[in-house]
Amino acid sequence: MGEAGHTGDLCSSCTVTSRCLLPRPEGGVWHCPEYRSIEFCCAERETWTMTDIGRIVEKHKGERGELISILEEIQAKYTYLPEEALRTVAEKTGRSLVDIYGVATFYRFFSLKPRGRHLLTCCVGTACHVRGAPRVVRELERQLSTPAGETTADRAFTLETQNCLGGCALGPIVVADGHYFSSVDPSKVAEIVSKTREGLDRVDVAHDRRIFPLEVSCSRCNRSLMDPDYPIDERPSIRVTISFGDKHGWLRLSALYGSYEIASEYEIPAETVANFFCPHCHAALEGAGDCVDCGSPMVPFIVRGGGIVQICSKRGCRAHMLDLSDVNEPASTA
Amino acid sequence: MIELTINGLPVTVEKGTTVLEAAQFLGFPIPTLCHMEGLTPYGACRLCVVEIGEGERAKLVTSCTYPAEPGLKVRTASSRVVRARKIIIELLLASCPQSKEIQDLASAHEVKQQRFRQEYEDCILCGRCVRMCEEQMMAKAIGFSGRGETRRIGTPFDKKSEACRTCGGCVYVCPACSLRCTYNEPEKAICGGCANLSPPCLDKEQFDDMMCFMSPCVACEIKR
Repeated sequence: MGEAGHTGDLCSSCTVTSRCLLPRPEGGVWHCPEYRSIEFCCAERETWTMTDIGRIVEKHKGERGELISILEEIQAKYTYLPEEALRTVAEKTGRSLVDIYGVATFYRFFSLKPRGRHLLTCCVGTACHVRGAPRVVRELERQLSTPAGETTADRAFTLETQNCLGGCALGPIVVADGHYFSSVDPSKVAEIVSKTREGLDRVDVAHDRRIFPLEVSCSRCNRSLMDPDYPIDERPSIRVTISFGDKHGWLRLSALYGSYEIASEYEIPAETVANFFCPHCHAALEGAGDCVDCGSPMVPFIVRGGGIVQICSKRGCRAHMLDLSDVNEPASTA
Repeated sequence: MIELTINGLPVTVEKGTTVLEAAQFLGFPIPTLCHMEGLTPYGACRLCVVEIGEGERAKLVTSCTYPAEPGLKVRTASSRVVRARKIIIELLLASCPQSKEIQDLASAHEVKQQRFRQEYEDCILCGRCVRMCEEQMMAKAIGFSGRGETRRIGTPFDKKSEACRTCGGCVYVCPACSLRCTYNEPEKAICGGCANLSPPCLDKEQFDDMMCFMSPCVACEIKR
């Protein structure tokens, strides 16, 4: 993913091609990861914004407290609340811009300034304060060399403070990209920063004990789907055939339960629901019910040793279910 | 109709009347600042506090927002009320001493000093201008933003609002800036205030004969 070949589809407005090393698709156009923060890389943003925000507003129409839901969703998409987005929301909801601006500035959670790729939030509520949060903030400011509330020059980190995150007994608390670190002292700051830089969502395959390998087979023909010729996470991967839109090709999944590494013949855009097929008997891998998180169909596989593992067919949804039978049978019947 | 007693005097008022209106009907003076006829009650300045209830359950409430209740016993000038009001005036003086309206209140209530750290704010966040803009001018051009320490009044993104018709209603009702052009803080003595009021001042540049509603304005005189 992200190799040459995609560069042709890059949004042409960005002249900073050196930054466009890791393009990712959004709104059907490939952008560099920083395109949101770069003013001149956003020529395509305007038209895209309008339809996109219209959809978000429409989705929450009539809800109680719809405004906050709308703003939350916009912020989830853009990492901040752009001015033109708020103006569009005002237009679409019929509220006055003053009211929306008042709500957007009232809550600390909302930001009107572009944020960096990673968000570090330090709690400076009363309990965290007496437990030494100001020293943690100072250390964070020193290591990132940016004052609290600001974004680093390379747009990698945004450092913010919160007045209480509600975990007073565990303070001082630092939240890095949604991951909570408790009882933080200045000596732990460096580790948090470097872990965040590496990416906290990456699973530590070697050391995480929640991760174990599975061997799966097709639920119809029962032939093994393991592919030793294409290792992922240094293990044989699971090979299936998928189709979405007019694309039809292979997909390889990590055999480690808990790892989300995949490889695919075609890049699968986020939120795409794909159809899964067995590469041997070409039967559709289906009939496992719907995902509890997003409602998309689940894809079943037979686990060697007895049991079924299901994964959600939607790209980006991490729902999965493992149902092992027979494995602990002797223990439970004994 | 609702019967209540104010300072021992019984009064009958219509449902929906506030304690402030009932007291004014009887002629009891209650000082107000954020309250303004024609605007919805807001209860921001707390100056109109009165004491309701009896004995241990007596409490202070803002009369401008408290609706009259049957059998309610109101005291508009008990020692507790007077003490609270004086402190509120002192606090207002601490944040915005240049306001003529607050100075008048202070002298009327014999507040001769204030014991808090002196600041020179332009705004006491009474919300009169915001309500004026919304309710009387139907514009909704200005509003509150931020919270706590950073709460302030302004247009969205601090840009000239498309909804604003530069009617000047907000400046007209402002209790804090009515004396802007004769600031008594030394370093701001020659206006400085008018520089903030871009809409009327800008218009005046185009129309030589136009009178600013704050006329005579020192800043304009100096420019000339």
